[in-house]
Amino acid sequence: MTDTLIIIQAASGELSKSDLSAAGFGRAAATAAGGGFDVLLLGPMAVDLSSSAGMIGAGKVFTMSSPELDVYTAEAYAAAVAAFLDGRSYRLVAAATSSATKEYFPRLAATLAIPMASDVLKVESVDSQKAVLTRAVFVGNLLATVELEAPQALVTCRASEFDAQVPTAEASPVEEVATPDGLSHPGKAFVGIEAASSDRPDLKEADIIVSVGRGTRGPDEGIPLCERLADILGAALGATRAVVDAGWLANEFQIGQTGKIVAPDVYLAIGLSGSIQHLAGMRNSKTIVAINKDPEAPIFEVADIGLVADLFDAVPELTAALEKRGG
Amino acid sequence: MKLLVTLKRTPQRDARIRISEGGNSLDLDNVQFEVNPFDELAVEEALRIREAVGEVEVVVTTVGGEECEQQLVSALAMGADRAVRVDHPGQLDSLQIARALAAVAWKEEPDLVLAGKLAVDDECGQVPAMLAGLLGWPQANQASSIELSEDRSSARVVCEVDAGLETVTLAFPAVVMADLRLNEPRYASLPGIMKAKKKPIEILSLEALGDMGDLQCRVTGFQALVDKPPGLKVESVSELVRALEEKKLI
Repeated sequence: MTDTLIIIQAASGELSKSDLSAAGFGRAAATAAGGGFDVLLLGPMAVDLSSSAGMIGAGKVFTMSSPELDVYTAEAYAAAVAAFLDGRSYRLVAAATSSATKEYFPRLAATLAIPMASDVLKVESVDSQKAVLTRAVFVGNLLATVELEAPQALVTCRASEFDAQVPTAEASPVEEVATPDGLSHPGKAFVGIEAASSDRPDLKEADIIVSVGRGTRGPDEGIPLCERLADILGAALGATRAVVDAGWLANEFQIGQTGKIVAPDVYLAIGLSGSIQHLAGMRNSKTIVAINKDPEAPIFEVADIGLVADLFDAVPELTAALEKRGG
Repeated sequence: MKLLVTLKRTPQRDARIRISEGGNSLDLDNVQFEVNPFDELAVEEALRIREAVGEVEVVVTTVGGEECEQQLVSALAMGADRAVRVDHPGQLDSLQIARALAAVAWKEEPDLVLAGKLAVDDECGQVPAMLAGLLGWPQANQASSIELSEDRSSARVVCEVDAGLETVTLAFPAVVMADLRLNEPRYASLPGIMKAKKKPIEILSLEALGDMGDLQCRVTGFQALVDKPPGLKVESVSELVRALEEKKLI
């Protein structure tokens, strides 16, 4: 029992950067525990994804799908993983932190009566009885060492902290697992999902993020300027809580303690002061660039490059300069 | 109808948390505590449901030592009807706390359990979903809106998920976790604070609620973040472009 199981939600036809990073966690855990890692693909696209999931170094790739897993619900996903684990022994069972795993992993931990560590940043050691992991606490201001003392444990991992597994030459064997009926909870029904449509990259996938704060003064003023900059850079658009609270952008754009935690190559913070809750969501970005007219804004304390300027002048000028040099 | 709100005592949101010498624990001696802000949203939502539909009892509960009664009193001062404290002064992990809360829920038989999506100290976000799992009740996380059905037997909940806004329906009994945009919690009024002093706080012993299992998850050390060296200050957009080019970022 030294192997790690990585669970990937198979909702689209492609592996995401988070999925590959979860496999990176699997590699790190496997190295620490002295075993390997397997992948469980769960959901309607499981079979379609199995060939690409078979090229990331897993010992084995399992697929599970059924009409009850076509749409994600915490109850059915937790029940499906519990059914899969019955009779199979894994040292750690892990997935990338997401709104789904935040919801169904603790439910699963309770039904399996095993401990769980949330949003893990680093694997310190894993032996047969104890897993030692590092995670962030107090709005990311402190790191805590957590010890899970049990022969099996659940982990969600922060994808941005683990290297994406690179494709391997050898394909892993794929096995379709029979999915039991009755996974759904009779008291839960999915009604629908409302998502802002955008041609820009997803926040968790993007190499560059242009993030906007209250200083942009909204969708009729600074936000379109930042959107143009994002498009020139091929960047994703992000936002602070204040921007989402004001209704200027939808909740899926929010970065921070509530919202998404990201670490792109370049994080351009525009007209945002940098509350600790926001910093918790982006401080590990490789390079942070801040444009803000307030020289005292806390964002400058974490910025690698800072420009004290009025964004209404600086952003169009930057966009024009980048356009001129061809992106 | 009965609503059960679970809450946690956490350090005040702007408190500076220091690591004690040796790095094994936190120095919380001079820290003020409050109701975990996300749990406060859950308390507020319960009160709003009571105001909207009437004939609702709002019970607040927590697991911890006597000091946690301050936070139960805060929730009673906001308007909750009564409180239950599961007495346990020592360390417990998420699953043990969820088991204790499940015992309270079996006893109280609420229609709906409300909790914050996250505690701002350890940021695990595990207990309410574990509780739902133990109870076998449906759950919804990161709720930004809760709408009860006419007959109060179910709720339509909007959740802030990674992809956008997801709507689900939950048949009661169920567990819902509050997110930031669910509401704006009220401040306790002076009459509210006076009344809270007379509201009952029931104390249950953890042992009497059953076997909570072993402590399987413990925090053994803390580390402060390393301060970043000061960044480069540029004076103009052209300097910024040059700096980005030099770092090969564009």
